[in-house]
Amino acid sequence: MTKKFPIKGFDEGVLISVYDGDWDQIQKDLLAQIDTQLSFFSKSKVAIEVGEKELGAAQLSKLRDKLLDRDIKLFAVLSTSKKTETNASTLGLSTRSSIMQKKDSPFSAAIMNGEPALYIPKTLRSGKVVEYDGHIIIYGDVNPGAKVIAMGSVFVWGKLRGTVYAGMAQNPESIVCALICDPISLRIDNIPLKNNKLLRKLRKKPARVHIENNELVLDYWD
Amino acid sequence: MAARIITITSGKGGVGKTTATANISVALAQLGQRVVCIDSDIGLRNLDVVLGLENRIVYDLVDVIEERCRIRQAMIKDKGFDDLYLIPAAQTRDKNAVSPSDMIALVDQITGEFDWILVDSPAGIERGFKNAIAPANEVIVITNPDVSAVRDADRIIGIIESEQKGPARLIINRLNPEMVNRGEMLDAEDVLDLLAIKLLGIVPEDETVIMSTNVGKPVVTREKSIAGQAFKNIARRLMGDEVPLIDLEYKEGIFHKLSKIFASGGE
Repeated sequence: MTKKFPIKGFDEGVLISVYDGDWDQIQKDLLAQIDTQLSFFSKSKVAIEVGEKELGAAQLSKLRDKLLDRDIKLFAVLSTSKKTETNASTLGLSTRSSIMQKKDSPFSAAIMNGEPALYIPKTLRSGKVVEYDGHIIIYGDVNPGAKVIAMGSVFVWGKLRGTVYAGMAQNPESIVCALICDPISLRIDNIPLKNNKLLRKLRKKPARVHIENNELVLDYWD
Repeated sequence: MAARIITITSGKGGVGKTTATANISVALAQLGQRVVCIDSDIGLRNLDVVLGLENRIVYDLVDVIEERCRIRQAMIKDKGFDDLYLIPAAQTRDKNAVSPSDMIALVDQITGEFDWILVDSPAGIERGFKNAIAPANEVIVITNPDVSAVRDADRIIGIIESEQKGPARLIINRLNPEMVNRGEMLDAEDVLDLLAIKLLGIVPEDETVIMSTNVGKPVVTREKSIAGQAFKNIARRLMGDEVPLIDLEYKEGIFHKLSKIFASGGE
């Protein structure tokens, strides 16, 4: 007897909650259930709630592919496991934090300790998108074609050559720091960094970008 | 002993995957290895042309998978070598005719009979690419030293890592030393700085490659081809020989030089 997973609709799409157990079996049962209701699911966006299950990037990616085969877009993975949420984030999937708090999130202007931060200890290659409702810390590079979107600040302990949007919760106190700051596109609270590409290419020093008088200012660390 | 199964891919089209697959296969055969290369670009097959075997195709990859023939019937033997075979792609179907599991099952059938199984991947990141990397236990990424090819290579390396088929190794193809000297082309260091994977080899731009493709005689069979020499070196490196990179006599790129001048100074 295959269990049926509970399905809930909400405005972002469909939320499917899966029970704990062997992931391969869960995936099998899930796909079987979807296959019996293909017309309902067709072209829909799906979020999967996995509880405390620890899932690797490869497992999530495989599930995403299998759903895509059925014309279903997996857009989020909700989990109480930090590991699972991190792996989902690095695949560009939304997580609990980014769904639950939307644009008018009550993000405090006062910066206090203990704010949520996502730690990514690897290089983000082209095509990777990471979105997080909090600060994002990357120990690695952000390559051209990769995108980082944070409600708070972004710290890149590596070369920032991709795209970073920080302070997206209308937070003008947010900053962006990088060991080498050579982004394709950088915004804090939607204010863009003026492009001075040639100069930035030649200056290989750690830098900090912050808002001053409604403009973005880049300071080099001395 | 099981074969080494290597998929050659790139992301971007036209950077030299098929040329590399053909030449590395032949170079390994020249070293006495038992090699089969598989063209997985269903619908846009090219490996047969580059190897000069297109007029001997009877069955193809899709025929094997759909069980219209046995795998040995689809394998075309290159007459120049004892143990070099090609399994061509189908020209009349498309990538949906094959699934990743089909590829794994097919390669499983022959892995005991060969030393090397080389899979030529199509361009892109969708089904064709997924089919091609499914059976691989090693991946080679090919890129050209230009910004757009490197961007695509970075993406594909990321996907290879996510699919846990990494780390991939890199071949920089069509490097033109004169253009690098004039500051018109990225140099190898610029490319490696971004892609950050191990370099397997650099193949310089060589006019004889196009000619070779047109007549179906891979450059490694030519005496004085520098690209041929580079592919032979790559084959030897795959076998574990530490062959030094060919000295292409190009100076450090201009961007590199300038950046060193400015980086060490003050504001």
